Amino acid sequence: MNPADTNAGAQPEHHSAYRAALIDIVLRNQIWGFLLLAVILFSTASPFFLTVNNLANVLTQGAFIGLLAIGMTLVIINGEIDLSVGATMALALALAIGLQNSGFGPGTAILAALATGAFLGFLNGAVVVLSGMHSFVVTLGGLLGIRGLVFLYTEGDALMIADFTYTELVEIYLGPISLTAMVFLGLIVLFQWVLSNTRHGREAFAVGDNIEAARDAGIRVGRHKIINFTLCGLLAAVCGVLLSMRMGTAEPQAGRIWELWAIIAVVLGGTRLQGGYGSLWKTLGGVLTLAVVQNGLRLLNTPNYVELIVMGGVLILALGLDRILTYKIRAGRT
Amino acid sequence: MQRSALAEFLRRNGLLVGFALFVVIVAFDAPAMLGMNNVLSVLRQISIVGVIAIGVTFVVVTERLDLSVGSGLTLLTVLVVEQHNALGPGGAIFMTLLAGAAIGAWNGLLIGYFRLNALIVTLAMLSLLQGLTLWYSGGANVNIQGASESWFPVIGRGALFGIPVPIWVLLATAVAASILLGRSRFGRSVFAVGGNETASNFSGIDSRAVVFFAYVISGVATALGAIIMGSRVLGAQSTIGQGYELTILAGIIIGGTSLLGGTGSIWRTVLGVAMLGFLNNGLLLMGYAYYVQWLVTWVVIIAAVWIDLAAKRGRILA
Repeated sequence: MNPADTNAGAQPEHHSAYRAALIDIVLRNQIWGFLLLAVILFSTASPFFLTVNNLANVLTQGAFIGLLAIGMTLVIINGEIDLSVGATMALALALAIGLQNSGFGPGTAILAALATGAFLGFLNGAVVVLSGMHSFVVTLGGLLGIRGLVFLYTEGDALMIADFTYTELVEIYLGPISLTAMVFLGLIVLFQWVLSNTRHGREAFAVGDNIEAARDAGIRVGRHKIINFTLCGLLAAVCGVLLSMRMGTAEPQAGRIWELWAIIAVVLGGTRLQGGYGSLWKTLGGVLTLAVVQNGLRLLNTPNYVELIVMGGVLILALGLDRILTYKIRAGRT
Repeated sequence: MQRSALAEFLRRNGLLVGFALFVVIVAFDAPAMLGMNNVLSVLRQISIVGVIAIGVTFVVVTERLDLSVGSGLTLLTVLVVEQHNALGPGGAIFMTLLAGAAIGAWNGLLIGYFRLNALIVTLAMLSLLQGLTLWYSGGANVNIQGASESWFPVIGRGALFGIPVPIWVLLATAVAASILLGRSRFGRSVFAVGGNETASNFSGIDSRAVVFFAYVISGVATALGAIIMGSRVLGAQSTIGQGYELTILAGIIIGGTSLLGGTGSIWRTVLGVAMLGFLNNGLLLMGYAYYVQWLVTWVVIIAAVWIDLAAKRGRILA
C-alpha cells in the first residue's frame, strides 16, 4: 500500500543508502501522496471535480485557512503555537468594514486592520517572551479576549459594507486564479524563501529545535519569536481583509475554530508540532488536501456531518501513519 | 524575613487575594452578588464546567490536553436526551456514562498507547464528535418527553436541603476526584507521569495505562456534565457544548494548574472555575455586556499565570 514498504522490500542490499534516502523523501512528503490520492478519488467519483473552474475555486476556498496556516507554520517551527489567529482574523474583518462605514477610505481601513493584526501578534509574542509563559496559555487567553474585542467593536451584530464597490476591488483574476489565491501562493513562496534563505529563517528553526542550544549559540531567541508572532498576526489580518472584500459583511463569530483548521493543515502537511522541522511547501500540501477533501465531499452531496467525521478520521489516520512510518525508518536504520 | 514570608503568602494565595478584592469591588457596586440566591445560582451554573474540568485536570496533570470535551459534551447531552426517551432515565444515564468512558478510552488508546500527539488527536475528536452528533440527531433539537412523570429532571433542577442538586454533584465529584488524585496510588502515578514520564517508567509505572485512564476519567466526567446539562435544559441542540473546552481550560489555568504537567489539584480547578463564574456574574451584575467577560478572562489568565511564574523564579521577566 504505501510506497515506502514496497521500496524497502524490493531493493537489493547495496542500494540501502539510496533506499534510505528515497524512503526519507517519500516519508517526509507523504502529504502530496495523500493529495494525489484524494484528487484521483474525487475525479472518479464526480465529473465536476477535475475542472479548471472547480480547482480554481478549491484554491480560493483553501487560501483563507491557508493564510492563517502560513503564520501558524512560522510560529510552530519556532516551537510555539498561536490559538488566537481566528479571532484576530475576525477583528481585522470587522475593522476593514466598520472603519469604512464610519467614513474612512478603503486604504485607511485596510491599513488599520493590518496594523491591528500585526500589533496583536506582537503583543502575543512579547507576552510569551517577557513572561516565559507557554504560548498555548497566552494565545488561549488571546482567543477569548480578541473575540471579546470583536464583539466590543461590532456590539455583537454583523456589519455590512455601505459602499459595495469595495467588494469589486478583489475581482482580479489571472486566468482562473483569483486574487486571494494569488496572494496566498505568493506569500507561501515569499515566506518559504524567508525560512530557507534568511538568517531569521535559519535561526527560527534552530530555536524550535533546541532553544537552549540556540541561546548558547548566541541566537536572540526572543526576537525571533516576537517577529514570528507578529507575522502570524499580520497574516491573520491579511486573511480578514481579503475575506472582507469577498463577503462585504463582518460576522462577529467569523473565523471561529479556524485556528484549529490552520493547525490541522500545518500538522497534516508534516511540519513537526514540537518545532524545529517543517516547511511552507508541506503546509501548502496540507491546506490543499483539506480544501480538496472538503470540496470533493460537497460535490458528492454528502451531508455536513460526513465532512466533519472524515476530517477527524483523516487527521488521526495521517498521524497514525506518520507514527508507524517513523518507527519503520528507525527500525530500518539501527 | 518578614518580607519573604509575605511574598510566599502572596505566591500561594495571590489568586485568592485578587479574587477577594474583586468580590469587594463588585459587592459595593452590586450588593446582590453576595446574596444567597445569586451565590447558589452561580455555583449551579458552573457545576457543568466544574465537573468536566475536574476530569480534564487528570489529563492536564499528565502533561496532556483534552480539547474534545466540548464536542463530547454536545454528543453526550444529545445521547442522554434521546436515550431517556427510549430507555428511561436509568438506562439513559448508564448509556451516557458508558459512551463517555468509550470516548475517553479511544482518546486514551491513541494518546497513551499509540503515543500520538494529544493536541492533534483531541482536535480530530472535536471534529469527529461534532460530526457524530449531527449524524445522530440529524441536526434537529431533541427534547425530553414526559418530563413531568420522570425523575430525571431532579438532577438538573431539583434541590436538596435548599441547595440545587448540580452543586451536590459537583461537590461529590470534587471529593471523589480529590481522593483519587491526592491520596491514591493511581493519583501519585498521574503526578509522576506528568512530572517526568521517562523517570516514571523507570520506577515501574506503566505511563501508557496512566494516560489511558486519565482520558477515561475525562470522558466519564464529560458524561456526568452532559447528564446535568440534559436534565437542566430538558433537551439538547447540536451546538450546546460549543466552546466549553476553552472555558474549562481557562478555569484550570486560572486555578493554577500548569499545562506543563506534574502539578495541580482538584480544589484549585474548582476554585479556578468558580472564580471565572463569579467574575462573569459580577461583570454582568455591574451592567457590562456579556462579551466584556472574555476580555477580562484574557487579562486574568495572563496575569494569574505570569504572577505565578514571576513568584517562582523571583523575577518578573523571564
